[in-house]
Amino acid sequence: MSIIVNNIQKGFNGTEILKGISFEFEPGKTNLIIGQSGSGKSVLTKCIVGLYEVDKGEVIYGGENFSAMNKAERKHIRTQIGMLFQGSALFDSYSVEQNVMFPLIMFSDMSKEEMIDRVNFCLKRVQLENKNHLFPSEISGGMQKRVAIARAIALNPKYLFCDEPNSGLDPKTSIVIDNLIHDLTKEYNMTTVVITHDMNSVMEIGENIMYIHKGENWWTGDKHSIVTTENKEIGDFVYASEFMKQLRGKLS
Amino acid sequence: MNLFEHIGRFILMIAAAFKKPEKWRVLGKNFIHEVHSIGISSLSIVALLSLFMGAVMVIQTASNIDSVLIPAYTVGFATRQSMILEFSSTMICLILAGKVGSNIASEIGTMRLTEQIDALEVMGVNSINHLVLPKILASLFIFPFIVLISMGLGLIGGGLIGTQAGIITLEKYIMGLQYYFDPFSITYSLFKTLFFAFFIATIPSYFGYYVNPSGGALEVGRSGTKSVVASSMVILLINLIITYFLLL
Repeated sequence: MSIIVNNIQKGFNGTEILKGISFEFEPGKTNLIIGQSGSGKSVLTKCIVGLYEVDKGEVIYGGENFSAMNKAERKHIRTQIGMLFQGSALFDSYSVEQNVMFPLIMFSDMSKEEMIDRVNFCLKRVQLENKNHLFPSEISGGMQKRVAIARAIALNPKYLFCDEPNSGLDPKTSIVIDNLIHDLTKEYNMTTVVITHDMNSVMEIGENIMYIHKGENWWTGDKHSIVTTENKEIGDFVYASEFMKQLRGKLS
Repeated sequence: MNLFEHIGRFILMIAAAFKKPEKWRVLGKNFIHEVHSIGISSLSIVALLSLFMGAVMVIQTASNIDSVLIPAYTVGFATRQSMILEFSSTMICLILAGKVGSNIASEIGTMRLTEQIDALEVMGVNSINHLVLPKILASLFIFPFIVLISMGLGLIGGGLIGTQAGIITLEKYIMGLQYYFDPFSITYSLFKTLFFAFFIATIPSYFGYYVNPSGGALEVGRSGTKSVVASSMVILLINLIITYFLLL
């Protein structure tokens, strides 16, 4: 089921951050929101998941107007959302197992045994078997991200949000996380939204991309069209690194 | 934000905290965890402080009684009244406002900073209810016991120093403790403890929950300080109001 954002506007203390963004995030695809720091990517994501209320416009989840719902009405949509935060946002005082089990305890009627089975399945899916009893402080940043992904998929969500999933990770681990997100999207036919400014991620998993510039939807396309676009803003973003500049030189 | 806006937001937070919990079993588990974190872990400091307060009270009272017209058991009487009416409730709660309050503010503030609260909200969990209600219930439950323990240990501490230092005999001290004893003084003390407990749990929760995440660790530290100052002031104010209406 798709997520449609329609003319979203959001500002803080008189400063307009989002200036009427519209876009459709397609199901079964990894949809990317890219842009420079301060362009409004995170604010847009927080508006979509309801952490910020939009000033104008609407967010529609599978045909249901999320923006028009009250807190209680939003609950059934929220239980279909999984989110991976930039810093993982694992609960420090909970073990890996308890972190992944948390949404199951809160929103499912599973028995303890069923919950443990589901936790083990999710941890196996992110290649973290036998780490159940470790605490977030005892595992690496990459592992924390994978635990957060396991927690996000525990309730079989229809929508997955990933806020800069590669921040603070080395290139190799970043690719592992990117591929995991991509594979899970296909496996569960989720509508996945990834916020990033990492060009490696864009080239790895970018199937449906929106480029935000100064709070506006500047460009849309996929990973193939982004490297050939004539748009100067996008060009500056894509070919910002020396590596990409050299690659462009060789390609041309 | 001005004071009235803070009060308004504080009231809204309390209203959100008392909404029906998602799962009663989870609330029960969190409640037990908080009873330990807020109450049981504070017992050693409370015990130590109470023993010393009782002991100092006996020495102070004895050293200020010069007249032969004042009977010796007055030392026990004064110690009992001071411990039960003020020291075990107000003083201990002021100290716990520092210990427990800064802990709550920094715990919730760090959760805000590391997006753990956002994670709860995105899942559909009422984060205020999930985080704050167990702390309120645990404080309301455990603080009266802590105060009762403090009363007992304070009187024991006074008796120990009084007899061991030769200030007063045990018989006279016990006689003083029993002299004109009104059980209402314990009721009064426990009654105000419930108010103190409520504010010790809620004010730091408020400052932690609404910490500005862009301020980083510095802001979390500030929220701890603000919460201790604010809850100490509220404790003193509530103490004055309750004492005025119940004892005057």
